[in-house]
Amino acid sequence: MTPAIARRNFILLVVVLVALFLLQFVVPDYYVLTITRIMTLAVFAIGYNMLLGYIGLMSLGHAMFFAAGLYGAGLLTYHFGIAVPLAFLGGLITALLLALVIGFLSLRTQRVSFMIVTLMFSQVGFLMTLYFADATGGQDGLKLPHAARSFQLVGLTFDLTNEIVRFNLAFGLLLVALAISFFILVSRRGRIFAAIRENEGRTEMLGFNVFAAKLEAFLYSGAIAGAGGAAYGLLDGYVGSTFASIQYSIEVLLFTLLGGAGTLLGPLIGVALMTTMIDRLSEVTTAYLLVVGVVLIVIVLWFPKGILGTIRERWLPWLM
Amino acid sequence: MGLGPYLFLAILEGLVQASVLTVTAVGLSLVFGVMRVVNVAHGEFFMLGAVFAWFLSSLFPDNPALGFVVALIVAPTLVGIIAYLADRLILKRLSYDPEATIVATIGLLYILQQAALIFFGPDAKAVEPPFYWRIRFPWFGYDGYKLVIIAAAIVLMLGVWFLMRRTKIGLVMRATQLDRETARAFGIDVDSVSATVFAFGGMLAAIAAVLVVPIQQAHYLMGLEPLLLSFIVVIIGGLGSLPGTVVAAILIGLSDGILSVFFSPTLAKMVSTLLVALVLVIRPNGLFGKAER
Amino acid sequence: MADVILRTEGLKRYFGGLHAVDGVDFSLGQGEIRAIIGPNGAGKTTFVSLLAGRTPVTDGRIIFRGEDITRLPAFRRVRRGIAYTFQITNIYPKLTVAENIRMAVLGHTQRGDKVDFERETLAALDAVELAHRADIRAGELAYGHQRLVEVAMGLALSPTLLILDEPTQGLSDSEIANFCKLVKRISATATILLIEHNMDVVMQLAHSITVLNRGRTLAEGTPAEIGANAEVQAAYLGTGQ
Repeated sequence: MTPAIARRNFILLVVVLVALFLLQFVVPDYYVLTITRIMTLAVFAIGYNMLLGYIGLMSLGHAMFFAAGLYGAGLLTYHFGIAVPLAFLGGLITALLLALVIGFLSLRTQRVSFMIVTLMFSQVGFLMTLYFADATGGQDGLKLPHAARSFQLVGLTFDLTNEIVRFNLAFGLLLVALAISFFILVSRRGRIFAAIRENEGRTEMLGFNVFAAKLEAFLYSGAIAGAGGAAYGLLDGYVGSTFASIQYSIEVLLFTLLGGAGTLLGPLIGVALMTTMIDRLSEVTTAYLLVVGVVLIVIVLWFPKGILGTIRERWLPWLM
Repeated sequence: MGLGPYLFLAILEGLVQASVLTVTAVGLSLVFGVMRVVNVAHGEFFMLGAVFAWFLSSLFPDNPALGFVVALIVAPTLVGIIAYLADRLILKRLSYDPEATIVATIGLLYILQQAALIFFGPDAKAVEPPFYWRIRFPWFGYDGYKLVIIAAAIVLMLGVWFLMRRTKIGLVMRATQLDRETARAFGIDVDSVSATVFAFGGMLAAIAAVLVVPIQQAHYLMGLEPLLLSFIVVIIGGLGSLPGTVVAAILIGLSDGILSVFFSPTLAKMVSTLLVALVLVIRPNGLFGKAER
Repeated sequence: MADVILRTEGLKRYFGGLHAVDGVDFSLGQGEIRAIIGPNGAGKTTFVSLLAGRTPVTDGRIIFRGEDITRLPAFRRVRRGIAYTFQITNIYPKLTVAENIRMAVLGHTQRGDKVDFERETLAALDAVELAHRADIRAGELAYGHQRLVEVAMGLALSPTLLILDEPTQGLSDSEIANFCKLVKRISATATILLIEHNMDVVMQLAHSITVLNRGRTLAEGTPAEIGANAEVQAAYLGTGQ
């Protein structure tokens, strides 16, 4: 990657972020809430993309990291009355520790086994949220207490029931996640990740510690996904088992594939598109998840590189 | 009722679960063995078997036995056709690439499940058993139909064994499983074999569902649990090993049934799911599986 | 006599009932060019895979520069100075030739040496005479040139021991001639171990030859000695080679 290409992508990133930021002044309230949700889920997808797009490992259980962040943060406020900023960190650390354990275990497997192992571990996590329903609220979930609907930081009060506050917090997190992605992609680390994705055997035989690199990517991936989860739960004020279910694991795969795995902005585009499609469709029928199935098949048959991936291949080879 | 009879009841229940699970899991195992693909929509073929059975038996409201027989023949056939088409139209075009196939079958899962939601509805619906036969054990009464399920599963498994070991079709399937390229070199149309096996696997799941639907209601989400259990069975029994699958299905069906009677079903599932994940981590080919490559 | 740089003691690799490598004692001197030959299925590739760390040892020891590396993972052996080129060309097809080599130079830096990227990349490119193709995608090259990229990557690692697995397969006669010149140049700074089927290449390049058959050492000696060895001839003829 030449400095010129990096610079061009950086500018593109800044433009997209500025446009996104300005949306809050332009669109009606309902859309502000929707965009907030999109941005938080995009953080989840950005985390997922680290594993799928950068290293080439397809996990079918990433909901467990989203849920680890969600429950980690939510339960800290609910059962221990911990303030929101600390609870967020708590959720992040929970997800990171989970990623460390799961990474160590599952990275020993390859391809299909990896997919099944991650699916299984995630399912165990989901069942745990049901089994320990006394603590987690089970299927019904928990509404976070009033004290968790606002917090103080650097002398300012943030009211989490206010859409504008939520929008900007979600935006801030998205900005950080995209910045981390960008800097990894342009760094030496990014080149090693790409090399592992292209040809793992070769990379090992050039003297790179492939397992350590994969684990590192796994940790980034789980932590960022967990940050998304923690933010989602805290901003919404609700935690529930659905977020740990297979559905969320499949949806994040879909978002990332649709937008373009391995691209910088793909996850954001994928989330935005799918969420809009699902929202529109759910007004028409209860069977809106049908579109998930159709889009998955269309992608895998004809557009495996996703939207930005196809654009990169056909027209814009410099696109990150 | 004392512990002994209670245990006997639990074992009977476990055997019923094991029977259904064995037939379902063998379907999944065949598909993996011959085609080397993981069919995540396998549970939906099961669900469709039950849903079609409900539709068909509702055509014969006065004659549940006839309805049942019709369902037993027609429902798996319909599912087989759907599976065959899915293979030809989608999976074949992916050249059975392992990861792409998983994603595609996930998509298929959503389509089939939501289609069932549209046409069948969100409610659970019951199907009449073909006959009522109450068996009087010394300690409790028992639904004789459940014993028929066990018998049917044994007959089916013997049929599958016979098919694989003693018929030409079975030989062709086993040859394709052992070495696709060589099979093709011998003039075997491996693509047709794949589609047939995929259809056959789906049909087995559907038959299992038709058998179990009189004692368990049909519901559009009922496919998930058989899917996960079948996964567990096939992995522990060894990827690609039919005898291993049967042994594992019996063990897991029994223990799941028994554990669910004495403990919480959620805990039972948690333990078995965790176990299977660890088995894959430690021995990537399952406990009995043949090493790949 | 030159120092022994690599030694194996009773090296074994069994795949269930298949004894691919069945107790090989092997000794390689520094600066040598050693060829390993033998009929198909003799265990040559398995043997060098054991040396490179690509497959685990069933029994026996491998000692490299005085250190027991039997249990050392592959990437650490690369960092100790062993470079391996694959029997079936294994490069990064989507990267350009230059990027492929830069990846190898990056690998070299894993050893902690300070490295001048541009100079090293150019040096490797020049050595295989691919400098004029530096910006072409490696996957688009002719097979013979891809093999040269593979060798260049091995060079870029500045190895002490370079293992080449059937390097001339798929090359034209003139490419083979250039390749032999290249190997002779490399041997000034590195020890070379190569698996080869092409007897002309073997006779030209090798200081000594090890013949493997059925996982065991059949014979060892200079090219002249091996050429005259009746058992070696029988082994080849016996298996239809």
